[in-house]
Amino acid sequence: MIEMFRQLLVSAVVFGFVFCAVRYFLDRATFSCRANRMFDSCSLHLFWQRVMDADYIYHKIYNICANLCVDCILYSTWEVLRACRDKWILLENDRLYFSLFQGEGCRTVPLSGHVGFDSLPDQLVNKSVNHGFCFNILCVGETGLGKSTLMDTLFNTKFEGDPASHSQPGVQLKSSTYDLQESNVNLKLTIVSTVGFGDQINKEDSYKPIVEFIDAQFEAYLQEELKIKRVLHNYHDTRIHACLYFIAPTGHSLKSLDLVTMKKLDSKVNIIPIIAKSDAISKSELTKFKIKITSELVSNGVQIYQFPTDDESVAEINGTMNAHLPFAVIGSTEELKIGNKMMKARQYPWGTVQVENEAHCDFVKLREMLIRVNMEDLREQTHTRHYELYRRCKLEEMGFKDTDPDSKPFSLQETYEAKRNEFLGELQKKEEAMRQMFVQRVKEKEAELKEAEKELHEKFDRLKKLHQDEKKKLEDKKKSLDDEVNAFKQRKTAAELLQSQAQQAGGSQTLKRDKERKN
Amino acid sequence: APGQRLLCWEEVGKGQFLSRGTPGPEPVAPMGSSMEAPAMLEELPPGAAPGKGAHELFGYVGIEAVLDQMRVKTMKTGFEFNIMVVGQSGLGKSTMVNTLFKSKVSRKASQPGQEERIPKTVQLQSVTHVIEEKGVKMKLTVTDTPGFGDQINNENCWDPIIKYINEQYERYLREEILITRKRKIPDTRVHGCVYFVPPTGHWLRPLDLEFMRRLSKIVNVVPVIAKADTLTLEERAEFKQRIQQDLKAHAISVYPQEDFDEDPDDRLLNNVIREKIPFAVVGADQEHQVNGRRVTPGCTLTWVGALPTATSPQPALSCLAVENPMHCEFPMLRDLLIRSHLQDLKDITHNVHYESYRVRRLNESNRVALSPANGLPGKDEDDSNL
Repeated sequence: MIEMFRQLLVSAVVFGFVFCAVRYFLDRATFSCRANRMFDSCSLHLFWQRVMDADYIYHKIYNICANLCVDCILYSTWEVLRACRDKWILLENDRLYFSLFQGEGCRTVPLSGHVGFDSLPDQLVNKSVNHGFCFNILCVGETGLGKSTLMDTLFNTKFEGDPASHSQPGVQLKSSTYDLQESNVNLKLTIVSTVGFGDQINKEDSYKPIVEFIDAQFEAYLQEELKIKRVLHNYHDTRIHACLYFIAPTGHSLKSLDLVTMKKLDSKVNIIPIIAKSDAISKSELTKFKIKITSELVSNGVQIYQFPTDDESVAEINGTMNAHLPFAVIGSTEELKIGNKMMKARQYPWGTVQVENEAHCDFVKLREMLIRVNMEDLREQTHTRHYELYRRCKLEEMGFKDTDPDSKPFSLQETYEAKRNEFLGELQKKEEAMRQMFVQRVKEKEAELKEAEKELHEKFDRLKKLHQDEKKKLEDKKKSLDDEVNAFKQRKTAAELLQSQAQQAGGSQTLKRDKERKN
Repeated sequence: APGQRLLCWEEVGKGQFLSRGTPGPEPVAPMGSSMEAPAMLEELPPGAAPGKGAHELFGYVGIEAVLDQMRVKTMKTGFEFNIMVVGQSGLGKSTMVNTLFKSKVSRKASQPGQEERIPKTVQLQSVTHVIEEKGVKMKLTVTDTPGFGDQINNENCWDPIIKYINEQYERYLREEILITRKRKIPDTRVHGCVYFVPPTGHWLRPLDLEFMRRLSKIVNVVPVIAKADTLTLEERAEFKQRIQQDLKAHAISVYPQEDFDEDPDDRLLNNVIREKIPFAVVGADQEHQVNGRRVTPGCTLTWVGALPTATSPQPALSCLAVENPMHCEFPMLRDLLIRSHLQDLKDITHNVHYESYRVRRLNESNRVALSPANGLPGKDEDDSNL
């Protein structure tokens, strides 16, 4: 009995040892390949390719075997393979850096004198300085967390803007561009701020305007890139390079709104979470809060921006800073006299908080990381990772493919032709539909008009008839009147005749009388 | 006391502010070098700005550090430069390239022992080398064109060259249009083409004119007078004048092109260069001794100098030092190509020549797709929907 137990124990130990050795070997193999730059021709490369393909098959098998007692063994192997696969994906991206200086027929030749191309970085830098830089920051956070104040403090200037109210109906983004200049460097800084974030009663759709905004910037750049006549080197880049996510200083954990928003944003932009108004948290609470936040982010799979540690000159400082994330910052533009210096601080009845004091808050760390050490890296990550991802998704959505199922590359022309024909076909169909509708409407209108015309005709006829009747009546009346007049005239002439006869008789009498008088 | 929280900045206490008022030691290193950054953070006195003393306190944000970040990044990724040399055989092209880059980078150096035979058609051969100087790595590709202008009938001898240049543009375009593109697209486009004009001393030949006319539209052309040690200074000046007149008469715009001057400073500098174009160069890559001093590179020529006298019976040897600006204009060419305008060459190739190729290429595919029945206009609008 004890014998069997001992044997079991020994086999378990041996198995554990073998397992650890295998995992260690796989780790080292992946790294040593990179160190030896054998990756191109390494068969490990093909191996990982197969692993990637076999990934989902493996997952299936895993699911089946999960019910069996070999559960935990498979899980560990799965984890190992998954970790190695992640590393492989990262290395795949960097592969080109090494293959640039490798390749067929390429050898290093020693120089026998000073040629002068070591001034090349300077030439490049001078050109960039002439051209100017641009940097875009997005500040996401609830109203009243001090976003504008922090921007003012970070860049040592007062950016105009009034504080927003709490009664916004929805989340909006306010963007403003400033031209800063320091010695000979011109920086076009764009600060985008959320207005009304977290103020609504129903916050389900709060993240949507932000995601749409970021996508719109990518879309604008993509459109410019796809144009035939494009002006990329003079293009004002509006893509968001860094997103500062302001976390409210509750001291407990992340709010669910924060989690949801960060999850949606992490594949689109470099997220740097910061704890705002951190003078409300005590030191011990702060460490606990930071740990809680990082563990929540990790367990929810949110990928925040990690400062790069592959370049020796910045690896050390970036590494230490990565451990201090999220930064606890305080923003203030008021200057108070402390000791014999003026410095930015906040005055409370119980003391003064200095913004640029390392012991008080992490503001200096944030400024170092954001501006002085990693600005270029942030821009590069935005362009090479986030923008490329967006571009790939968008183009695939539109139906472009790189290779045929037979792995023959699609010719540029064919794709364009196909797309164009499709588009033209659609256009034609739309035109037809519109024409049909137009014709129909015209017919309807015509019918209406005809009816109206008929009505009018009828009316006209009626009126005419009325008119004629009236005319007739009037004529009759006129006739009767005329008759009367004639009759009257006759009588008048008759009367006049009589009168004149009477007069004549009378007149002759007067004549006689007159004659008699004369006589 | 209960109900009272200890805020993190209360521990310091009021009294301590006054004692910390004196600033810590100012770090001497310049702002940009981030290796000093950890030290600076610890010693950072409250509110003081580190680094160069010229900045006022409280006004310094640190935006200039982006220049250093950019420098570090470019030094890590390295540079690529592709140059093409065109000219008849025997004009000293390979020697010139070797002299320019002070190492054996030309075709002849890479393939020693091959018989020099004039090929029947123009062939293009590229050799790639990686050279490094003071931490800056450069991948240099030199494309040579043996057989150019060597046949009896030289019609269309520029066609293979134009085809090669367009092929490189095409390759880059294909990489750029892919859905999953590489992080850094390998750049094989020709950044500069050095054209060797034989030192006849009269005018540009029809072949030269034709070639430069065609090629200055698709690539940066830098004409140079080869084997300029056969011309005296006056002949050289006259030759240059005539060449410049010729170029102007035929509206050939060689590098640096006037249309792409960015600002008045650039224009001034480029005007100075334009007056000197084409440079008269001599290629020589052997070391010589002059008066006990090493002159590298240079070539020894036997000219009749002073007649041999009793004290010095041997005829005087003259040494033409290539680096001497009084002797030949090689330093100016080198400065133009490498020390001051290398990035400019690459930028103009990328922003101007490559873009015009792309416009032509995409318009071509449009025209093919449009059938005569449709004939719908609005290409830009269509493509922006793509």
